Amino acid sequence: MTDQTTEAADGIPSPDGAAHIIETDYEIGQDNFEGSVGPFGFDIHNPVFAISGLAIVAFVFYTLALPEQAGAVFSWLFGTVTKGFDWFFLGSANIFVIFCLFLIVSPFGSVRLGGSEATPDYTYVGWFAMLFAAGMGIGLMFYGVSEPLSHFASSMGGTSVENGVRTDWAPLGAAAGNEAEAARLGMAATIFHWGLHPWAIYAVVALALALFSYNKGLPLTIRSAFYPIFGDAVWGWVGHVIDILAVFATLFGLATSLGFGATQANAGLNELFGIAVGSSTEVILISVITAIALVSVLRGLDGGVKVLSEINMGLAFALLLFVLLAGPTLFLLALFWDSLLAYLEYLPALSNPIGREDVNFSQGWTSFYWAWWISWSPFVGMFIARVSRGRSVREFIICVLLIPSMVCVLWMSVFGGTAMHQVIADGYTVAQEATLELKLFKMLDVMPLAGITSLIGIVLVIVFFVTSSDSGSLVIDTITAGGKVDAPVPQRAFWCIFEGAVAIVLLLSAGGLQSLQSMVISTGLPFTVVLLLMCYAILRGLISERKAT
Amino acid sequence: MFQKIVVPVDLAHEAVLQKTLTVAAEMARLYQAAICFVGVASASPGPVARTPEDYAKKLRAFAEAQAATHGVTTEAHAIQSHDPAVEMNKALERAVTELGADLVVMQSHVPNVADYIWAGHGAHVAAHSRASVFLVRD
Repeated sequence: MTDQTTEAADGIPSPDGAAHIIETDYEIGQDNFEGSVGPFGFDIHNPVFAISGLAIVAFVFYTLALPEQAGAVFSWLFGTVTKGFDWFFLGSANIFVIFCLFLIVSPFGSVRLGGSEATPDYTYVGWFAMLFAAGMGIGLMFYGVSEPLSHFASSMGGTSVENGVRTDWAPLGAAAGNEAEAARLGMAATIFHWGLHPWAIYAVVALALALFSYNKGLPLTIRSAFYPIFGDAVWGWVGHVIDILAVFATLFGLATSLGFGATQANAGLNELFGIAVGSSTEVILISVITAIALVSVLRGLDGGVKVLSEINMGLAFALLLFVLLAGPTLFLLALFWDSLLAYLEYLPALSNPIGREDVNFSQGWTSFYWAWWISWSPFVGMFIARVSRGRSVREFIICVLLIPSMVCVLWMSVFGGTAMHQVIADGYTVAQEATLELKLFKMLDVMPLAGITSLIGIVLVIVFFVTSSDSGSLVIDTITAGGKVDAPVPQRAFWCIFEGAVAIVLLLSAGGLQSLQSMVISTGLPFTVVLLLMCYAILRGLISERKAT
Repeated sequence: MFQKIVVPVDLAHEAVLQKTLTVAAEMARLYQAAICFVGVASASPGPVARTPEDYAKKLRAFAEAQAATHGVTTEAHAIQSHDPAVEMNKALERAVTELGADLVVMQSHVPNVADYIWAGHGAHVAAHSRASVFLVRD
């Protein structure tokens, strides 16, 4: 009798060293229901799959049947959440950043995800490509040019006050008429929304899930992070509700982005090739994106999602390099450092949660962004956790928090900087005046090889949507299978198609996408509480881990 | 005729494997071959085991129990995969080559319309492996 273990491809060799496994009588998959629909097998977590699936269908019907009422309800909810709880979002996001920075320097940083001897599942390049593509890829394409320009313009406009309340949208005290300072403030405000804070939000969720799954032996699903707080009750309704909320936020978040993304890609295609703007083109785009995502999920994590993410990162880097070299290179390089310094300089004021005078900016921009990142965090966090086994906590936080933040600084400086330079130095204001989805293309328009770079831009937009859609389907499938990652393949195909179908239905209904986006963002509020509890759970988990090793 | 028989097993569905295990044991006795039980699992906690180490241990125990029951020589070979639902076929194909097996005995469902889209694990191994493959229908 001999025994041996090997690894598949670049798998993880066993043994993985000391880890503190939580003792629980819960057996993963014990609440699951296995069977088949015709020839297709399934293995689903009973309450979570059924309730989230039915609730999603019910919500879609509600927004279709009573669009005006649904629109009013959700936009009221959205306004109440982002305006009434701005202090809570801003304060909590600060806590997440401080918590992550503390973990880097604390002795907990040496704890390794997957046990003291675990080795990483993926190379740095593959890992980074995947976490970046899932995390914010698409936003960079649209906001890279538009957000710095918006803040620059509003800062230049200065402040205006009516009845003692600021009515302008400028960040902080604005920089009326001062071009250089308005550019600095514009860059600082943009980087603030794309830098440390969003990545800290993702890092908290991802770390909690990875720690409780790989080191504590609990299923890879959101509820596991609450074991230190709720104990075995987490396998009951408390956990069901948490998981259902996560499925909900993920599916609607993806469907609404897919819907908006199709409208934006359509605008780009219209600009380049004159393809008609309309719902039939958008439905075709969503179908194509869903079909590519379907192929990707069916090829699996390594054969599909990772490959596409790497292609994506390569293309994005090529476009970045092109704009940097073809644009005002020296200006952009100087701007990169200057933006970084401006970000650090304005960071305390921008992140201050109370007594803000720039209410439109802090509620309409910052609070909105924080709610948005938080509502996306179950999806992105869970995906990052899935691919981060074998990293130490310190390495994990540095790579999930600091490096993506730096990439965002670079990206925003190059794209936003080029657009601002066009306005300041060349007096070219077409990009500034264009609609959101066209700004990037209008900026590329006056640079060399515009046809090719715009085409790369559209391809990037589409591939970024595919990488969100396929990783999202994997995440929803795992949550609705009670944390099992080996549920039958048709199940993930179901979620991928379902997500595309929801996006198409909402796109065809008037205001359906807007009202559901408002709802998704509103889920950011309960999830903020969930994230704060996760910080506590992570600390508890890391303390027991340190004792075990 | 055969020296090493690879038998892929899913420890979560041990009960339905009995026919396959019996066939494998009888072949092993007939040709005095050794059986190597191969299991593919993710590093994430699952129904069978909560850590990769634990999984390897359980597969080893399973192989030992089979050796005792059927009086044959057995080995255990645990494979870790990032996405077992999809990577199973390739992982098995590779394991058969790496282990130098000359016969694979594995459970396989009766083909249905779904096999046009997703070939069963048995069908894939039979189509791609150099070793002889014995598919046991359930």
